[in-house]
Amino acid sequence: MAAWASQGGVGRAGAIPASAATRRQALFGGLCLCCLPRLGRAAESFALDEVAPGIFLRRGPDAEASPDNNDAIANIGFIVGRDGVLVTESGGSLADGQWLRAEIGKRTDKPIKYVMLTHVHPDHVFGAAAFQGDNPIFVGHGNLRGALDARGEFYRRRLVEILGEGRAGSVVYPTMDVKESAEIDLGDRTLRLTAHGTAHTNCDLSMLDTGSGLLFPADLLFVGRIPSLDGSLLGWLNEIERLKAMGATDAVPGHGPTRVKLAPALADLARYLTTLRDETRAAVAESRPIETAVTTVAQGEKDKWALFDTYNGRNVTQAYQELEWE
Amino acid sequence: MKRLLLALSLTLSAAALAPVPVRAGATDSDEERAARWTEIKKTIFGDRAVEVNDAAVKIDAPVRALDASLVPIGLTLADKDNVKGLYFIIDDNPSPYAAHFTFGPAADPGEIKMRVRVNNYTNVHAVVETKDGKLVETAKFVKASGGCSAPMGMSDEEAMKGMGDMRMKFSDGQGGKPVEATLMVRHPNFSGMQMNQVTRDYTPARYVDKLDVTHGDQLVFHLDGDISIASNPVIHFGIKPDGKGPVTVAATDNQGGRWEHKFELPSASN
Repeated sequence: MAAWASQGGVGRAGAIPASAATRRQALFGGLCLCCLPRLGRAAESFALDEVAPGIFLRRGPDAEASPDNNDAIANIGFIVGRDGVLVTESGGSLADGQWLRAEIGKRTDKPIKYVMLTHVHPDHVFGAAAFQGDNPIFVGHGNLRGALDARGEFYRRRLVEILGEGRAGSVVYPTMDVKESAEIDLGDRTLRLTAHGTAHTNCDLSMLDTGSGLLFPADLLFVGRIPSLDGSLLGWLNEIERLKAMGATDAVPGHGPTRVKLAPALADLARYLTTLRDETRAAVAESRPIETAVTTVAQGEKDKWALFDTYNGRNVTQAYQELEWE
Repeated sequence: MKRLLLALSLTLSAAALAPVPVRAGATDSDEERAARWTEIKKTIFGDRAVEVNDAAVKIDAPVRALDASLVPIGLTLADKDNVKGLYFIIDDNPSPYAAHFTFGPAADPGEIKMRVRVNNYTNVHAVVETKDGKLVETAKFVKASGGCSAPMGMSDEEAMKGMGDMRMKFSDGQGGKPVEATLMVRHPNFSGMQMNQVTRDYTPARYVDKLDVTHGDQLVFHLDGDISIASNPVIHFGIKPDGKGPVTVAATDNQGGRWEHKFELPSASN
């Protein structure tokens, strides 16, 4: 796990009850670790973990977008199938997407057939422009188009402010809309897609690789990094139940280690969201105003998540607006 | 400054402003901020003198806002028995003049709370108009950005759901203390700066422009509002405890919407 050291995730990943997954990562990731010195990577570049045969993932650090990191903060990667490649997440910027595109090229000559746009957030969609030359199918939730209409340009301008026009990327729309569910066949493996109800956002798309049994919940699952709420708190708790019922034992979260045990990771997430729900409800019931709630709700979770101080107050603000109308 | 003056009107359509957002902000010097406030004052108050008194209003606002599109503001008025009106101004917002409260005989204007949008690092000003017609200002600096242009939800339709619904919560108001009331109004308060990328159009500004709260036949307050008030407005205020009858809220928006709701105060008999 030495590769994680520079990313500050070791302690937190270790604290999460997912030690079996951690061992597995060490095993699958071994190839990448020993390549490290030879490739002489720059400090800001990342290793890819082969989390299952033919499935490569790059861990995003628990950080905010900055000029130094190209907004490369989400877990992104690709699946190599018999007939072609599926990109699980595009990256957080054109530069991040180009990095991933180059990494794919080092490992396979197969065509890039699909690029998943798992939801509207910039760290997941702005790498898409790097794949336009491959002419893949861009796959998104049925609500993604509308969400990109509302927010895409706003996000792009913010990203340009941070990274500059050359590195930011452009808004790429899905060419395949998933309304409820869909399947993608890569020849030797089938991927089952699910369009979720409003949860983390209103356009969360998850993917189950029926070959490896790995679930890709995207940002419906945060591990170690505090979840950010931008859809519906109650909806997210519902969708957690749906993810549990999908029959996967291991998952690739949107943020956190590249492969984890699903059940304990979902339990941690549900614990945070339930605490957020219950303590926000209590604040509303006691007429504790929003400005007090943001500093008092879910404080018991503070030491359990990276970036807690950056996001918890915002999450409380979101939750409060949702629950004050109950 | 010309752009700023254009932006000041409470009734001006914000859509007209949206393509040229005011680029004031974090790097402005104190002199630039002071000059801007002088211009704003002249536009709103004309030649009337505005006295500086930092003790007149206690402004509670986060120094650094967690969410620029929902910044909670608390205004505590020192001399509440001598208050006729209260102005709240967010200097660097595209439309700085955020709210103007005019208090009636049923008001207890000791404390007002509301939620606003803040588009930039800015001074905010509370200006009290006393019963004898004096103007007194207090300022505070707030760090936030993007609150006016930030997309509010992921679809306009969703944001419009239940438009005009209202709720009101009351504290007990026992022992002759003012009744504290919190009014919640479902309304997107579109700022006119939220862009739809496909049509390259801005969702037209649609905001609560007038709101009257009465207790029985007495006015609590009249509010002139603007695009700087956050979506789903929430306003916390005080009502004198000795009034009679229901509390009525009548609101209009700038596109002809009109809503009225009545609320019964908790029984004051005990």
